[in-house]
Order: sequence, then C-alpha cells, then structure tokens
Amino acid sequence: MNVVLSARDLRKSYADKLVVDGLNLSIQRGECFGLLGPNGAGKTTTLRLLLGLISPDNGTLGLLDHAIPAQARAARLRVGVVPQFDNLDPDFTVAENLLVYGRYFGMRDAVIEARLPELLEFANLTQKRDVKVTVLSGGMKRRLTLARALVNDPEVIFLDEPTTGLDPQARHLIWQRLRELTARGKTLLLTTHFMDEAERLCNRLAVMDNGRIISSGSPRELIAQNIEPQVVEVFGDQAIAWANIHAAHLARRFEISGESVFCYVDDAQSLLHELQHHPQLRYLHRPANLEDVFLKLTGREMRE
Amino acid sequence: MKIDLFTMPQFSLRFMPIWRRNFMVWKKMAGSSILGHLADPVIYMLGLGYGLGGMLPEVGGMPYISFLAAGTVCYSTMNSASFEALYSTFARMHEQRTWEAILNTPITLDDIILAEIAWASSKSLLSGIAVLLVVWIMGLSHSWLSLWIILVALLVGLCFASLGLIMTALAPGYDFFMYYFTLVITPMVLLCGVFFPVSQLPPMLQNLSSILPLTHAIDIARPLLNNAIPANLLMHVAILLSYALLGFYVSLVLFRKRLSQ
Repeated sequence: MNVVLSARDLRKSYADKLVVDGLNLSIQRGECFGLLGPNGAGKTTTLRLLLGLISPDNGTLGLLDHAIPAQARAARLRVGVVPQFDNLDPDFTVAENLLVYGRYFGMRDAVIEARLPELLEFANLTQKRDVKVTVLSGGMKRRLTLARALVNDPEVIFLDEPTTGLDPQARHLIWQRLRELTARGKTLLLTTHFMDEAERLCNRLAVMDNGRIISSGSPRELIAQNIEPQVVEVFGDQAIAWANIHAAHLARRFEISGESVFCYVDDAQSLLHELQHHPQLRYLHRPANLEDVFLKLTGREMRE
Repeated sequence: MKIDLFTMPQFSLRFMPIWRRNFMVWKKMAGSSILGHLADPVIYMLGLGYGLGGMLPEVGGMPYISFLAAGTVCYSTMNSASFEALYSTFARMHEQRTWEAILNTPITLDDIILAEIAWASSKSLLSGIAVLLVVWIMGLSHSWLSLWIILVALLVGLCFASLGLIMTALAPGYDFFMYYFTLVITPMVLLCGVFFPVSQLPPMLQNLSSILPLTHAIDIARPLLNNAIPANLLMHVAILLSYALLGFYVSLVLFRKRLSQ
C-alpha cells in the first residue's frame, strides 16, 4: 500500500480539555501534506501522537507499516523530524551535531561521516562545518536542523512550523530545499500558519481547529470549495460606512476587520465601478487565496 | 495501546549514544572539570584534616585526617552525581531541549533516564578516582584494599544520581534544587559520619543516620582505606543498590508524567 501515514478517529485530551477530537488522516507516499491551523488548534499534539511520543486516548495510528505507539521505535528509525523550537546541541560544532544525532539512530561513525559532505551541501553549511552552532544565524540553524533530520535518510519527514521566525531570504531557501526533498520522493508532513508557505509547497492540506479537521484538499480545491473567487479589500476612514451601504448589495459577503473591509465576490466589476465614486477609499482587487479560506474557516478573532 | 506511567523500565543499549554525547561535551572542558575534582577534596583534607585534626586525638581509632579521607571520598562522589543529575540534567531536559531532540529518534525516555544515571555515575567514578589519587599522594592509605574505593564511588554515583533525578523530574526551575541541597544533602553530610563519627550524635539522630545512604557508603569506604574488610558489606551494598533502583523507578515514572503533558 502507498499510504505511509494514517490516523483513524484519533482523540487526545489533557486535563479534560479535548486537544485532538476525532481526527482522521491518510497521507500517501511522496506527498507534501500541510496541517494548517491557528495556535492551539492541536497541530503539534497531532505530530507528537503520530510519532508515538504520547499515547492517544482513542483511535488507531499507523506510520510506515508500524502500529503507533506500540512500534514507534521501529517507525522512528525511518522518520526525520524538524521541531518547532531549536534544539541543536549548543556545545557542538555543525558537524558534531550531525555526527551525534546519527548515532542516536544506531549509525556507525564511518557511515555518518560519509554522509556529512552531502548533508552540509544540502544545508549550505559546508563552510561552517567546524563552527559552533551558537554563532550561526537563525536561518543557518534551521537549515542545520533540516540536515540533521535527514541524517538517517528518512522516508517521511515531519516539519513543525519550519520557517517560523525566519526572514524572507531564509524562508525561500528552506522552501527550495523542501521542494527538492519531495522531488526525491520523500513524504513531508508540515504544520504551518503561513498560507503562502502551504500554497507553494503542499499537494494537499487540512485546516485544523479545536482538534478537528474542518476542511481538506489541494490548495485550489480548498479555495474553490470554501470561498468566492475574488476579493476586494477596501481601506480608509470611511470604508466601514461605505461597506454598510454598498458592499452589502454588491458583494456576496463582506467582513470588517479594523479599518479594512474584505468584500468577497464572484465578479468584481460592479463593485469596482462603484468604488470609482469614492476617491478617498483605497482598495486592492485580487484573487481569493488560502488565507481567505483560513480566516473564513477559523474566524478572525485572536487566538492566544 | 496506552503507555502506562508505571510500566517497568525497558532497557536497551540505545542509551549508549547519549552517554557518548555527554562525554563529548565533557571532553571539551575536561581540564577544569578534573581540576575541580582534585582541588575540592585537597582543600577539605588539608584545611580540616591538618587544621582541625591537629587539635584532635585519634578519631575512630585513626588519625583525624585518615578518618576524614573516607568521608571526603563519599562526600565528593555524592556531590558529583548530585550536581550532574540536578543542574546538568535539567539543562538537557528543559533549557537546551536536548531530550526533545533525542526523543524524535528511535530512543525512548527509558533509554534517556538510564543514560543520565550512567553518565552522572561516571562523573562520580571520576571524582572517586581523583580523591583516591589525592589520598595516595598524601600517604593516607597504603592498602591495596583501597582500590575497591573505585567501585564504591560508582555505587554512590548510581545511588545519588537516581535520587537526584527525582528532584529534577519535579523541578520547575533551577532554584528548586536549593531545597534539595539545603534540606537533604547538607544534613546528610552532617549526619552520616563524614566529619565525625555517627556515635557522637544523640540516639534519635543516630537512628535517622542509619537509614541514610551516605552512612552506608562511608561504612564501606572507611575500613577499605584502613586495610580492613567492611563489616556487613553485603547489607550496605544492598541498601545503596535499593536506593538506586527505587530512585531510578520513581524518577522514571515522574519523568514520564512530566513529558506526557
């Protein structure tokens, strides 16, 4: 079978709070699957359950033909993990970090040493081989963490918010590397709350909130299924007053967020025409994207 | 299947790479570490042994500095394991997230705890060897039996590493460890015959002393340094091992609970 990862009716609660609530997942070999959701949606808990680090209260889990958590050790031999928070060894150099991590998989030193040049090359860290990790930039640390997750040549790679906190240059380099991995046939499961990241990288996505998957499909499908194709964002002092009079009948749906109005339409012609009469309002007309879907499904209120 | 908090430890050799990792870190500052292991007991034995010892007649049938030597061996090895199992382990678990990284590999928490105990005991072993060298160089023991001190150091290490890990599993932060040192380690040093014979204590405190692990370590170490086979050797060893095993199990259960949150 080509399903490398499956979860059925997965449930987990902490102190009576249901964190994962009847989750179903099935990921095929070679897919890049994205798990989206606001903070506290249950993404990280789901990853920990899939890796067998915590036990579910209910449900069945499979990872690479192994039942989880019973055979988690055997499954983790063939999995790589890029965690959300940096946990590189601060006492070691770049190369030592890779060496020590490879040993955790039971690899012999000679085998790890032979893989080092390729891993360093992949992480663009060949020149930094013998530098202590404490002096690396945030982007370099992330790349090293990614290389570390590949030390055992895993079939499946888990990435928990792989680009959070990185500048645009560093993010683009990570994205390029992740695309290379999918091109090599690796299966990727990543969590993120950056919609552009999900849209660029993932074949398939699931939007998660309150421990459940509330919608899933390819990025295009999610947009087509959940939202009107075009968006007009209107800004300015009188935007809200304008919206209550005009957007109400010109748009299929509109939302107010602070000083901005988001108008969702099938065809923007008449709305754009009406906006010509209000030169004091600024606006942006664009196709609907995943962020619109995400905000529609999970709401605009802050999650803290 | 649910992983039960109380499941017996599952041992595997996968703990070895973690021990090697800690050794690799230690090697980078081995100089200062060894200096510490040597300097501390030397200062104690010179200061108290000659300073205080000069004013005392024989203590426990031997010169005071010889009496103190056995206490210092046990005290130093206890401290080495305790500091490692409290501060360094906490750093690896909490601050550096080293365990989190390791747990994403085929290594389990049981392996990690075993590695932590093995590593902290290794530090005790090193400290024991350092003190033994000092004892020999100062001419305080001429017995081949004193070589057994190396094994005693390992045993003391296992015992106090395991007990220390219980505190680490419960600790919200580094400040918490002050309680352990103030309320457990310091009283233990004063009650267990490091600086003076337990027989000097009031009967109630002598009873308390008899159940503390350090007392049993000293009851093994002191005769060995004075060329005698310790009385009730098996009992002392059994008590130290029991503390070690109990500490291992309790700390493992507590760590499982802590890390499953």
